[in-house]
Amino acid sequence: MPVIQLQQIHRDFQVGDQVVHALDDINLQIDAGDYLSIMGPSGSGKSTLLNLIGLLDRATSGHYILNGQDVTVLSDTEQATTRNKTIGFVFQSFHLVPRLSAAANVELPLMLAGMSVEERRSKVAKALEALHLSDRAEHKPDQLSGGQRQRVAIARATVTEPAVLLADEPTGNLDRKSGLDVMGILEALNDRGITLIVVTHDAELGQRARRQLHMLDGRIHREEQEG
Amino acid sequence: MRTRDFLGLTFSSIVAHRLRSALTALGIAVGIAAVILLTSIGEGIHRFVLQEFTQFGTTLVAINPGKATTAGTSMGVFGTERPLSIEDAEALRRLPFVRAVVPFVQGNAEVEADNRRRRVAVYGAGPQMPEAFSMAVRSGRFLPADDPTAPRAFAVLGSKLRQELFGDANPLGKRITIGGSRYRVIGVMESKGTVLGFDLDDTVYIPAARALSLFNRDSLFEIDVMYREEVDVDTVVAGIKRTLTARHGKEDYTVTTQQQMLDVLGSILNVLTFAVAAIGGISLLVGAIGIVTIMSIAVNERTSEIGLLRALGARRSQVLNLFLGEAIVLAAIGGVSGLGLGIGIAWLLHTAMPSLPVHTPLLYVVLAEALAVSIGLIAGVAPAQRAARLDPIEALRAE
Ligand SMILES: Nc1ncnc2c1ncn2[C@@H]1O[C@H](COP(=O)(O)OP(=O)(O)O)[C@@H](O)[C@H]1O
Ligand SMILES: [Mg+2]
Repeated sequence: MPVIQLQQIHRDFQVGDQVVHALDDINLQIDAGDYLSIMGPSGSGKSTLLNLIGLLDRATSGHYILNGQDVTVLSDTEQATTRNKTIGFVFQSFHLVPRLSAAANVELPLMLAGMSVEERRSKVAKALEALHLSDRAEHKPDQLSGGQRQRVAIARATVTEPAVLLADEPTGNLDRKSGLDVMGILEALNDRGITLIVVTHDAELGQRARRQLHMLDGRIHREEQEG
Repeated sequence: MRTRDFLGLTFSSIVAHRLRSALTALGIAVGIAAVILLTSIGEGIHRFVLQEFTQFGTTLVAINPGKATTAGTSMGVFGTERPLSIEDAEALRRLPFVRAVVPFVQGNAEVEADNRRRRVAVYGAGPQMPEAFSMAVRSGRFLPADDPTAPRAFAVLGSKLRQELFGDANPLGKRITIGGSRYRVIGVMESKGTVLGFDLDDTVYIPAARALSLFNRDSLFEIDVMYREEVDVDTVVAGIKRTLTARHGKEDYTVTTQQQMLDVLGSILNVLTFAVAAIGGISLLVGAIGIVTIMSIAVNERTSEIGLLRALGARRSQVLNLFLGEAIVLAAIGGVSGLGLGIGIAWLLHTAMPSLPVHTPLLYVVLAEALAVSIGLIAGVAPAQRAARLDPIEALRAE
C-alpha cells in the first residue's frame, strides 16, 4: 500500500491580483520505504510540495491520502498530531533551538507528544547514539559543527520513529564532505525502512535516489527510476 | 505536554535572557512591593500616629495666637494680633467646664549644674501640665500653683537630663542655672520617651512666666485646655472664644480641637497612602507594558523556533500556552521578589520603630501574587496569540 497518495493537488497563491500556481495538478504515489528526490529550478514548487506532504500547508484543491487516511479534511490540531507521529523534518538551516542542548533538542517532539521522562530518555539516548552524537548530548548547538548540527536535527526528526522523513535541501548549508555524510545517514535510515523524500537542486545528489522527480512550474515534468 | 516540561521550556528561555527577564520582572516587583508595604503598614501607621496623638487624652483643645485663615497662613504675620498671655490662660481657668489649663512656651537654652552643662529644650508650662498630658512625676513634685504671673524659680527635670546632669546623685533641692538664671530643682519626671519627634525626657520644665522672660517673648506658644468629659466640644470652643474675644476685642487666635488635629493628620496620612498606591499602580502598569514589549520582542526573535515547534507537531494552543506561560512566570517572579522586598522593608521599619505595628496577612500575600500573575496573563495574551497564529512555513523561513 502506498504511504502517500496525492490526487490532482493544486496549490495556488494569491500575489497581488495575480494567482501563482505553485503546484499544478500533482498526482503522485509513494510506497512505504521508497527513496525519492525532488529536483528542479528555483521556484518550481519543490518546497511547496514537501510542505504539503509534511502537513505544514494545505492544498487549494485535490486529495492527499497519508497511510490510507484522507488528511486534507483534518483540523489544524489533528494535522499537528499526525505531523508529530508520522513525519520527520530535516531543514537546510538545521533549526536547532540555540538555548537547548543537543539532547534537549532531540527530546522536543517527544515532549510535545507528552511522553514520560523515562521513556523519552532511552529514546533520545538511542537516537543520539545512532548518529554518533552520544558524547555531544549536552553540547549547545553553537558548540557543534555544521555536520554535527544536521545530525542532531536528523536525530530529532527520527526519534519519534516516523514513517516519512522529509528533507528540504539538507546539505545546502554544509560542505561537500559533511553533505555526503548526511546523505549517507539519511540513506541508511531509508535502508531500514523509512520513506525518504529529499528536495535538492544538486543533480548529483538527486541521482542517488531510486525515484527522481523533476519539477517545472508547479508540475512534475519528468520522473526517472533507478534500477 | 507535561506541566514539568512546559515549565522547563518556559524557564529555559527566561534564563537564556537573564538580564532582560530580571529587568522586566523588576517593574512588577516594585509595584507589588509598594502594594504589600501599603497593606502591611498602612493600618499600622494610622494606628501608631493616632495613638501618639491621643496618648495625652482626647479632651484637649489647643489655642494658638494668630487667626488661621483657610489659606493656612496666620494673620499674625501682619502683626495685628494681641499676644496670648498668662492672664488669658487664667481667664480660661475660670470657665466652668475647664479641668486644667496649661500655658505653653518652648525654647532652647543651656542648663548648668555644678560643672556640667547641656543644651536642651526648655518647656515653660503651668502646674496642671502632668494632669492635662497624663505625665507622671517620679520624685519630688511638679511646678506648684504659685501666682502665675510671678512664680518662684523652680525647675522640674526630664529623666534623661537628670541623668546627664546629676548621674545617680539626688538632684532634689539642687541649684541649676538655665540661660543664666538660677533655679531650684524640685522634681524629676517619669520617662515619657519621644512623642512625635519631641524628646520629652531630655528637657526641663519651668514656669511659663519665667520662660517668657527667659526667651524674651510676650506671647505664649499655646494654651492647652483640658475640659470635662461630659461637656460637648462645641460648647467648650464657644466658651473659650467668648472669653478670649472679650479680652482681645477680636478673634485673633485659633482654637484647634483634638478632632481637628486628627482630621488634619488623617488627611496627611491619606495623601501618603495615595502616593504609595499611585507609585505601586504606575509601577505595575509600567511592568505590564514591559512584559508586553519583551514578549513581543521574544515572539519576533523566536519566530523560526515557533515554526520549528509547529513542524515538530506543536498545536497552536501549545505555542500560545508557552508564550503565555513565559509572561506569567516573568510576572510571578516579579511578584515573589516584590513580596520579599515589601515584607523586608516592612520588617526593617518595624525594627527601626518597634512601636509601629506591622502586619502582613497571608491573604494579602496571596492576593498580591495573584495580582502579579493576572497582570502577566493579561500582558501576555496579545503576543502569545500572535505567536500561535503564525503560519508555520513563513515562521520557519524567518531566520
Ligand atoms: N507563501 C507564498 N506566497 C506567495 N507565493 C508563494 C508562497 N510560497 C511559494 N510561493 C511561490 O510558489 C512558487 C513555488 O515556490 P517554492 O515551492 O518555494 O519553490 P522551490 O522550493 O522549488 O524553489 C514560487 O513561484 C513562489 O514564489
Ligand atoms: Mg525551496
